[in-house]
Amino acid sequence: MKSIAELEKIQRESLTKVNIRRIKQGKNTIGSEESFNTEDGVRSHVLVCAGTGCTSSKSLEILKKLEKEIEKYNLKDEIKIVKTGCFGFCEAGPIIVVYPEGTFYSHIKVEDVEKITEEHLLNGNIVKDLLFKGSIKEDEIVPINEVDFYKKQKRMALRNCGLINPEDVKEYIALDGYKALAKALSEMTPEEVIEEVKNSGLRGRGGGGFPTGLKWGFTANAVDDEKYVACNADEGDPGAFMDRSILEGDPHSLIEAMAIAGYAVGAELGYVYVRAEYPIAVERLQIAIDQAREIELLGKNIFGTDFNFDMEIRLGAGAFVCGEETALINSIEGKRGMPRPRPPFPANKGIFNKPTLLNNVETYANVPEIILKGAEWFANIGTERSKGTKVFALGGKINNTGLLEVPMGTTLRDVIYEVGGGIPKNKDFKAVQTGGPSGGCIPSDYLDTAIDYDNLIELGSMMGSGGMIVMDEDNCMVDIARFFLDFTVEESCGKCTPCREGTKRMLELLDKITSGEGEMEDIDKLESLANTIKSSSLCGLGQTAPNPVLSTLKYFRHEYEAHVKEKTCPAGNCQDLLTYFITDGCKGCTLCAKACPVNAISGKTKTQHIINTEICIKCGACMEKCPFDAIIKK
Amino acid sequence: MISLIIDGKQVQVEEGKTVLEAAKSIGIDIPTLCHDPRLKPHGSCRICVVEIEGAKSGLTTSCTAPVSEGMNVSTESEKVVNARRDILDLMLANHPLDCMTCQQAGKCTLQDLCYKYDVKESSFKGDKKKFEIDDSNNFYYSDQEKCILCGKCVYVCSELQCTNAINFSERGFDTHIAAPFEEKLETSTCVSCGNCVSVCPVGALVPKSKEKFRYWETKPVRTTCSYCGVGCQMDLLVKYDKVVEVQPAMGPSNEGLLCVKGKFAFNFVNHPDRLKTPLLKKDGEFVEITWDEAYNVIAEKMNSTKENFGPDSIAGLTSARCTNEENYLMQKLMRAVIGTNNADHCARL
Amino acid sequence: MDKSYLSDENFKKLDKLIQSNKERKGALMPVLHEAQHIFGCLSLEVQQRISEKMKIPLSEIYGVVTFYSQFTLQPKGKYTIGVCLGTACYVRGSQAIIDKISEITGVEVGKTSKDGKFTLEATRCIGACGLAPVISINDEVYGKLTPDDIPGILEKY
Repeated sequence: MKSIAELEKIQRESLTKVNIRRIKQGKNTIGSEESFNTEDGVRSHVLVCAGTGCTSSKSLEILKKLEKEIEKYNLKDEIKIVKTGCFGFCEAGPIIVVYPEGTFYSHIKVEDVEKITEEHLLNGNIVKDLLFKGSIKEDEIVPINEVDFYKKQKRMALRNCGLINPEDVKEYIALDGYKALAKALSEMTPEEVIEEVKNSGLRGRGGGGFPTGLKWGFTANAVDDEKYVACNADEGDPGAFMDRSILEGDPHSLIEAMAIAGYAVGAELGYVYVRAEYPIAVERLQIAIDQAREIELLGKNIFGTDFNFDMEIRLGAGAFVCGEETALINSIEGKRGMPRPRPPFPANKGIFNKPTLLNNVETYANVPEIILKGAEWFANIGTERSKGTKVFALGGKINNTGLLEVPMGTTLRDVIYEVGGGIPKNKDFKAVQTGGPSGGCIPSDYLDTAIDYDNLIELGSMMGSGGMIVMDEDNCMVDIARFFLDFTVEESCGKCTPCREGTKRMLELLDKITSGEGEMEDIDKLESLANTIKSSSLCGLGQTAPNPVLSTLKYFRHEYEAHVKEKTCPAGNCQDLLTYFITDGCKGCTLCAKACPVNAISGKTKTQHIINTEICIKCGACMEKCPFDAIIKK
Repeated sequence: MISLIIDGKQVQVEEGKTVLEAAKSIGIDIPTLCHDPRLKPHGSCRICVVEIEGAKSGLTTSCTAPVSEGMNVSTESEKVVNARRDILDLMLANHPLDCMTCQQAGKCTLQDLCYKYDVKESSFKGDKKKFEIDDSNNFYYSDQEKCILCGKCVYVCSELQCTNAINFSERGFDTHIAAPFEEKLETSTCVSCGNCVSVCPVGALVPKSKEKFRYWETKPVRTTCSYCGVGCQMDLLVKYDKVVEVQPAMGPSNEGLLCVKGKFAFNFVNHPDRLKTPLLKKDGEFVEITWDEAYNVIAEKMNSTKENFGPDSIAGLTSARCTNEENYLMQKLMRAVIGTNNADHCARL
Repeated sequence: MDKSYLSDENFKKLDKLIQSNKERKGALMPVLHEAQHIFGCLSLEVQQRISEKMKIPLSEIYGVVTFYSQFTLQPKGKYTIGVCLGTACYVRGSQAIIDKISEITGVEVGKTSKDGKFTLEATRCIGACGLAPVISINDEVYGKLTPDDIPGILEKY
């Protein structure tokens, strides 16, 4: 693209084509306050989520079926089908949203498509029984943005996810896409761009929360003939998928941000390191890069300036540690993903030993907004030391599994109960695990903590990439710690002694404790080893690997002690410590006895049955079969 | 120059030096396992951790940390010692405790450090790695069960020797050192230079020794390798006047490296067939003579040949096993004393 | 073992691939990905050719291949069953799913069945947490499973 005027022209033309999605959306979702012209003749947009979650539950088949139906009724000129990225509300998937009404259909099956087409699209009647339950409030149907899950959110990094077709650059441009790049290149010096990012207070969204502007400054100041910008999209925390969603739902925001970063630090090539487990994200990002090249938003002399920038995708190959920046750099260079000691820092010696700026996807996704709306606007959101919003991947024992974005400073309680919809089956909240394998478990006493980088660290956890796993009374905290250690042991690169050998020994101690073989001194040993690993490991993975253990020891030591002293698992989770019983709720239906693979259950029809605990292998088959919930384990 | 304090002592070192180097310059010995001054620091063993006042998190490896102005370093604080003890404990947990019969005893850094920090045995009981000893190579054994994964063998092989025979294989707890596809060393690209053996801090790579000896029974004798003209410096480890092993020394031309001959081919020194005095054939039989007698015979024959047939009837052929200086002297002898240009060298053929 | 994957045709593809990556810095990982795609695995013969053509020591390539869990030295089964052991799936019982699959197919985690039909793998989070527990068979994903669903699913293959 040779000029900004060209960009503005595309925006004007495309805006009319996406405007319909703003009509009932309210102000806080899209773009500026322009007239709501709709595209000629098109009266409805049907958005179908094609994120990984919904795709796994057949949303692409739904999409195909929908196209067929539209054809059948000859509605092609009136109704536009849009394949979008992730809406974030994975629990409700597959999701279809119809604009301009903003009708939110959830849990859609291929069979439902006919009904929606016929009744809603053809006859204009909303299909009530396919609506997301929460979109009916006091007998009124509310649009998607009024649904509780979305209402409390502030979507900045996810601003376009589930709103635009990620495979159409024009839709991105329509919503102010590439305007920030245009602004940076035409109105700002590289120093001013960095200053803006610094003043915004943006901090790294991938882990440690390092001030982004400082990082940009370091890389800009490094002197070399060549520099790189890189994006860490090796999102590996189990349960976190915000980076994937951005790549799938709004890949151009990353391209734009990396180009801005390239301009700011003096780099002409950007590497995006993506997990190979994310095929859809890779495909969409590649399509986006190709499109950006085609309209010359990547390439030589962008907007007619002397700024050149291009991008390349590099795939990971299944190593969590490559999310650590120096391991990632080694991996891009084609080496084993073993971290390097720092210093030298990537800002001075990164990829191919050249100064390298490395940020994660979510961090980058915020940049165009900051450049466009200004540092001050961004800095007004959030807490004193954590600015902006944060995307969380809410999972575990929670009603609304999915991705959500809230301002920094929102309390854990609000996230879990207001946006997340609380815990299923009215069970009691026990803890929330944040920060994945590097984070810790936060108990209910701290539910009213405002979420920001520093508060979470103070609680012995961390922001990490934003995984948030909710646990209820049935989750054993020792077992959760064991689960994360199991992960770290598997993913340790093996380079440094404390992590390679130490995490393994921690896991063995946890195995010992959860199987009822533990002694009190094992708990002390675990704690002291955890502290050594934390203080002496080479990289962030090792240094934070003990956090799940240390935080559960801090808040749930009694559970560890129960496993050791009383040989019981208070949550009723650790199989080796459980015994199955049949209560007097038993009606003698004999289903359990039939289900038992080892014939450990005896009893006459219509009388209470008994489990022979000597024979019982604790498989739980009986409990699953019992229609009266009369079998308990403790 | 940068000033800093290490264990309460003021030190001044050049910018760019590491804390480890700064400490060494004032005689403070920080233990290391994976460090080698010839290699870029990898920071993997973590045994050289120190406490730096005001450091954001945890301990810092002194081999990777550059000095900075006003730094205050403790190399043996309680926190440091505890961490080192835990690290040694972890190494021992995955290491056979057969020091009694281990060839490396007395030269084993792991053993020395366990002694220093009172780590008698590991407090962890769990999985240990299991490997067969690879004895396929003619000159050394590889016992991966003893390996502590300091990585020096790998880096010496790739960065200094440039043979790239071995590398890390797999990851995490399963990490081990191997030739590609777990091939035996003999059939790998290994050239048996033995430089990996020389740097191994434990008993994972040890020479196949003809003698049973303990390192404390030997004394090093510095010498120049006699195999070629490079002039590699090496220490012959001598027990009761017998060479039992060779260790490379930091000579200017070899920087602590040797080749297969220098490292392993020393048994000729004490071999019964080795010629130790000149032999002269008398009546069809070789008989031992003294060096003076030999020089006299050579001088006489040379003089008479030169007189009778002219200087060009004599030629000097020297050996690649001589040093540069010896080769120089040989051609000088030919040209200046004999008066011929007939001087040549086996390496030219 | 069946070595038909080492066909001349495949090696020609590999040579072409390496040629096209010649100017690319740090091209080993992309080449390995593509090579695995061509051959189905990165066996000795494949790695040797890459080493030769890219002038990278075999030991370095082998070190890289064994580091990353997605690279495989042996050909995989016709169907790769991946059972997600991400947090959400684990919390919702994916271990029982794995056990059930093992029981039916007789394949341990990380192994391939004798008839070369199934390879069973425990995978990290595939990001379909809302559907936990999930498994994938090649590109097909099955969610919200109980062990009872497994026989029916496996029958399709």
